[in-house]
Order: sequence, then C-alpha cells, then structure tokens
Amino acid sequence: MKEELFVSGRNIPNIDPYLNIWHWEIPLYLFLGGLAAGLIFFAAYFVVRGKEKEMPATVKWAPILAPIALIVGLSALFLDLSHKLYFWQLYTTIRFSSPMSWGAWTLLLITPLSIIWVASYMRDMFPKWDWKFKFLYKFEAWVIRVRKPFAWVMMILALILGVYTGILLSAFNARPLWNTSILGPLFLVSGFSTGLAAAIWMSKDKNERKILSRIDLIFIGVELFLIVHLFMGFMAGTAVATEAAALFLGGQFTISFWVFVVLLGLIFPATLETIELWGYHVPKWMPPALILFGGLMFRFVMVEAGQITRFLY
Amino acid sequence: MRYAMAIDTLKCVGCGDCVVACQTENNVPHGYCRDWIVENVSGTYPSLDLEFRSERCNHCDNAPCVRCCPTGASHIEKGGIVVVTHDECIGCGACIQSCPYDARYQHPDGYVDKCTFCMHRVEKGQNPACVDVCPTECLHFGDLDDPNSKVSLALKNRTHKVLAPEAGTKPQLYFLT
Repeated sequence: MKEELFVSGRNIPNIDPYLNIWHWEIPLYLFLGGLAAGLIFFAAYFVVRGKEKEMPATVKWAPILAPIALIVGLSALFLDLSHKLYFWQLYTTIRFSSPMSWGAWTLLLITPLSIIWVASYMRDMFPKWDWKFKFLYKFEAWVIRVRKPFAWVMMILALILGVYTGILLSAFNARPLWNTSILGPLFLVSGFSTGLAAAIWMSKDKNERKILSRIDLIFIGVELFLIVHLFMGFMAGTAVATEAAALFLGGQFTISFWVFVVLLGLIFPATLETIELWGYHVPKWMPPALILFGGLMFRFVMVEAGQITRFLY
Repeated sequence: MRYAMAIDTLKCVGCGDCVVACQTENNVPHGYCRDWIVENVSGTYPSLDLEFRSERCNHCDNAPCVRCCPTGASHIEKGGIVVVTHDECIGCGACIQSCPYDARYQHPDGYVDKCTFCMHRVEKGQNPACVDVCPTECLHFGDLDDPNSKVSLALKNRTHKVLAPEAGTKPQLYFLT
C-alpha cells in the first residue's frame, strides 16, 4: 500500500488535485491551427502541381477559411494567457528550444500570408470585386506572377504549423501521454485530414471531390496506423506510459476516444467516403462533418487527458 | 557555485513552519504556496513506513521549464537558481505543464510564480526563510561546490535520493533517508 497526501493542505487552483491549466482554448486552437495548415497545404500543393483549374474549391474557395480559423485560433490562444498585456514579449526573442516560440513566429508569418493568398484570388472568385487603389492592383499582379514560389513557401509553413501543433504537446516530458515523438506526425496528419474534409465540403465539383476523398482516405489510414503505434509504444513503455495508456484502455477517456474520435471521427467517415467512391449516394456533408468533429474531439481528449498523466514518485 | 538543499526526511515532523515562513517572507497570495509538505505512508500494517518531505522547486540543472519558456522569462540565475521574471512572463502555462514536480502556479496577478530559494536573502548571505525557521533544523542549504557548506556536509554523511530522477531534470533538492 502506498498513500500520499499534502499535510500542508496544498490546494492551488488549477494545479491540485490534478493539473488543469489548459482549458478549451488550447484544444480549440490546436484544431483550428491544424485545419488551417491542411487548407493551406493542399491549396499550395495543387498550385505547385499546376492543377488550379481542376481544383477550384481547394485552391480558391476553401483557403478563405484558413485566415478565419487562424484569427479565431489566435484569439483563443490570447484568451488562454493569464498575463495577457505582456503577450508582445513573445516577439522580442526567438527561442529555439521552445516549440511555443516557433509557433508564435510561424503564426506571425502564415496568418498575413494566408490573407494575401485569398486576396490574390478575390477577382477570380468575385469578378465584380474592385481593389479601389492602384497600388493594390500592382501588388495583386506581383503576387500572381510569383504564385509558384509563393505556394512553395506556404507549403513549408503549413507543414511547420501542422507539426508544431503536435510538438507543442510532445515537448513536455513531465506529461507522459504527450511525451512521444509520434504526436508531431499524428497531429500533422489529423490536421491535414480536417483541412481536406473542409475542402470536400466546399467543393461543388464531383471530380475534385473524388480526388480529395482519395487523398483523405490515405490520410485517415495513416492516422489510424499512427494511433495504433502510439498505443503500442505506451504498452511497451515504462510505468508512467502504461498508466497514461490505461486512461484510454478502460479508464475515463475510453469512450470519448474510441467511440467519438476513432469510430465516429475516423472509421465511419472513411467507410462513407469509400462507399461514395464506389458510386453510392451519401449525404455530402456527412463524411467531412464527422471528420471535423473527430479532429476537434481528438484534441480536446488529448489535452485534457495529458494533463492528468504525470511522473510517479 | 551551485545552490542546493538537503531535506532530512527522518527529522521532519511535518509541522508546516517552512510553508508559513515562505508565504510570509514572499507575500504568497492566500490559498497558494511555493513549498509544501508531503506525508508518504507505505507498507502494510503493522510494518508501516512514514516519510515526511518538505518539497519545493527543485531548481533543476536541466530545467524543462526554462527550455520550453517562449519568452525567456523563466531563466537560470547565479548558482543555478531558476527564476521567473514577472514582466516577461505571458502566462501561457507551458512551464507549468513541463514541471514533473508541479512546483509552479499562476499567480492571481497573471504571471507564473514559484520558489526562488529566497534569492533576495541568499544574495545577502542569509538562508532561505524556510531553512531558518525550521524547528527541527531538517533543512540544509548551501553551495554544493563548497565542501564545507551545510548541504555538502549533510550529503557527505547520509544516504539520499532525489525525486523522479528518471525525468532527466537533474533536480537539486536532496532528500536524506
């Protein structure tokens, strides 16, 4: 038997009895960051491949969501800070050992660039759009001229943004559930899958949706593969790792993870997408809505559960 | 110079004087504390083992809180003391997540706060408040590089352990067993 208690009566808000300092803001941001990364990556990818015409929704329309998601996500991050008026301190230094510093700088770049991306397609999408000022027309012409290199930059930034949402958590070795290097690729793949889902939802072109669904199926497959590996790693790990996994294997997060994230958020929409590819009719909103829901749930579960896991001493 | 503390788990009676002394010395807000006492009971009756530990920030040599701080507010001062500069802290909570000892908290004013080994006293050659007030004199503070400091002598003559060495943080709080 082992019993441990604070005789000094320690009961610090958000720290005791178990850690809970990150609430809804962080998982919501991680979701929106991953979504934006996915939207931007595939828009840029199809530009680089020269498929702008075949993929109008992915390249032009869906990226409208990216700056919106990023701005809402950044607002959530700002709300999470407890010393808000000092947030500018983030931009007085670059700290390579801190994933949050990487993320702050990446967001500072990718948010305005994603707005420029959308703006450069404004007159394509809305032919009556008028920029009013001459210099804006000049700037637009310049962006259109350098679109391919611009797309390459966006692809790299989207990759950093997508991986960062996972590395942010995996860098904390004090939280065994997060402290696994698989979290970076897992969050990247999951974010890209939600980005694809949003593009599928917005696309009106049957052929485009077919291409996107095929890519999405690969991403869901990889995601499931990584989730299996995540748990294999935990089960073969130390006591702290097996204890973290126990939260999902019979513990309090079992249903929310396996039913809502894996079954409803990954396997079910993947099945629907497959059936759709075979030519059967499936409500158009259903697979993407489920994937987006699963992605959001995944981040809430991971952030909530990770804070409970800790070293045993 | 490397400041460290040795805590005699056999002498500690768990009175909580160190906690109150710290709260008074450092103006710790009501309901919060920078140090605390853990009572650890292990074994089966009648062969029970009781251990009291006065715990606080471990002022780790490989401090994860300093590594993950995005602004550099968490930093290492002379003698290895880990300190938060309040005016640089944005309250993101990364350092709190990174600490295996849960030694940090968000001050009601927003910034993150923790034990400083009473740096303001140590700079003047005094002991941290918790050390000076301990009625059983079970806390030993000093410089590990000085073989005659109280902490060096305590560690020389007794078996000791650190908490969660597997976390790789190289903690500098030694518990005499």
